[in-house]
Amino acid sequence: MKNGFRQSMAWLHTWTGLVVGWVLFFVFVTGNLGRFDTEIDRWMKPELPAETATLAQSIDAAQQRLQEKTTGSALWTIWPATNRDYPNLRIRSEDYRLDAQGEPTNLRGNRAEEILDPETAAPVQTRATGGGQLLYKMHYALHYLPRNVSDWLIGICSMFMLVAIISGVITHKKIFADFFTFRPNKGQRSWLDLHAMLATITLPFFLMITYSGLVFFVLTLFPGIVASNYGSGEQQREVFNEEMAAKEFRIERANSPANLTRLSALADIAEKRWGEGSVRLIEVSDPGDAHARVRVVHQLDDTSRTNQELIFDGASGALLGEQHAESQARGFYDHLLGLHRGLFADWILRWLYFISGWIGAIIIGSGLVLWVVKRAPKQLKQEGGPDIGHRLVESLNVGTIAGLPIAIAAYFWANRLLPIDLAGRGNWEANAMFIVWLAALLYPVFRPIKRAWIEQFWIASAALLLLPVINALTTGRHLLHSLQVQDWIFAGFDLTAITAGLLFAYGAIKLSRREEVVAVNKRDKKVHAQLDSPAQTI
Amino acid sequence: MAKTKISNRELSLYRWQVAVRALLAVLGGYALATLAGIFLTYALPLSRSDAVITANLLSFTLYSIAIIWVFSTQTLRRAGLGLLLAGLALAAAILLFKLFGDAP
Repeated sequence: MKNGFRQSMAWLHTWTGLVVGWVLFFVFVTGNLGRFDTEIDRWMKPELPAETATLAQSIDAAQQRLQEKTTGSALWTIWPATNRDYPNLRIRSEDYRLDAQGEPTNLRGNRAEEILDPETAAPVQTRATGGGQLLYKMHYALHYLPRNVSDWLIGICSMFMLVAIISGVITHKKIFADFFTFRPNKGQRSWLDLHAMLATITLPFFLMITYSGLVFFVLTLFPGIVASNYGSGEQQREVFNEEMAAKEFRIERANSPANLTRLSALADIAEKRWGEGSVRLIEVSDPGDAHARVRVVHQLDDTSRTNQELIFDGASGALLGEQHAESQARGFYDHLLGLHRGLFADWILRWLYFISGWIGAIIIGSGLVLWVVKRAPKQLKQEGGPDIGHRLVESLNVGTIAGLPIAIAAYFWANRLLPIDLAGRGNWEANAMFIVWLAALLYPVFRPIKRAWIEQFWIASAALLLLPVINALTTGRHLLHSLQVQDWIFAGFDLTAITAGLLFAYGAIKLSRREEVVAVNKRDKKVHAQLDSPAQTI
Repeated sequence: MAKTKISNRELSLYRWQVAVRALLAVLGGYALATLAGIFLTYALPLSRSDAVITANLLSFTLYSIAIIWVFSTQTLRRAGLGLLLAGLALAAAILLFKLFGDAP
């Protein structure tokens, strides 16, 4: 449409990137914090004890609690504390969804989750908090929106991003030159170099995370493809899900009761086979029924969904078989999802994911800034000042790039400062975050844009640097103490907050200096002009 | 260096063309990707659920290609015609599978 393929791709890259840039920035920041959702969870529930119980003790306690509390469940899941993602014993029960006659259907109904004390088999009380899980969930479900709306919103934004990436690559075909090019302190050129250089380095990660992210929504975004083979509607979709799921060991309910075997004995068989600490979770389908099935699942150590598992008869405890068969197509699908989630990642890989994700956020942020920087000279010369569109993009940039970190800091502040017995406490943490973000979005409308950048950077810096202080005052677990007792979760959280706070302070100082230089240059020009003018006599 | 002034009429014509092209890319591309996906589910020599997953995984790639193609084509008419012809060809192939094959 423009003259030449690359010009039209540059145009496409600019506009697809701009339209969804702010949402994607939010998705990258919250999703990236989700790499450490468990650690953030633990920081936000400081009263949870560290677990020391044995596997058998934990599973016995879980079974006891589930048997006392639930009847006729469709599925139980037990996560012992052997796993990074579940540092405390956790149980979940899911009911069958009932049809109009009150008969159980194949669909799942209510689910309930609890954290248990393995000593007493009683639930552990913690403060009501969304925790790291809620932050992580925001990156794919946003907040305040029903899932069917947010699925489409995020899906469409991700699709824009995929197009922006591909058109961006076509625009910057000189991939090697771009990689080695960085011209700092040159305004627009520097922003472009930064944007292109980081994108070149992380291109494989960026493409992978976008494409695999889309895969999560694939069945929602292209309903026609499933419907053409299965028909549309919830029941038909369920038929597809059943066919897609591996089901060699699944059988219908017997509808006659039978005592469930002792689950800890089955976990023991699995540990003997796989080694200590290798059980990720235990699932019991139709517990209490004669056809109950127990699945003992191995820790995730690669991207597949079902790497190793043992299936037992729930009534007799007999081993029925190993690992579900998985078709290649299904396997590939699962590998893409696993690669996105990165749950299998050890510490080094997890930090690599984390750093790559931040680079992704910087690429998006620098792209948004570049849009403004490129148009600013022309816009500022305009009589009557910049267009309203230009002002809007500028303000959204400040409110999102500098404002979102303030809002996330507010989320953590609220966790420590809201009264423990406040009604709807968990919701108010998130409300605090979004109220602060709204304020940060409105703020640049009323301030000169350069001042707004500097001031919000300072606020972000202060909000983050004060987090360790507030934590120390409310829990008594200050940084030195955490380092002394080698509590890497608390120490890591404090150190990360301090690092981020210092980076924002550095940004603020750098921006202030630049503004001073600009002001001095302007004054010098004025003086020179006065000196040069013939009317001036010395 | 004389800069050619763009008249207001030309500018608004350009904006309309961009809007139509964007609609064509987003909606036309989506329809084409869905049709191509359905075609693949019938054509791939896989079990039903596997074919559906494979076609779904490819649909984003097909969609991106369609969008990029619409924006890279010289004239709007060519972009529209191209989408239409590809869509018709896929629809015909799907119809053949329905009539003579074992497609549901």
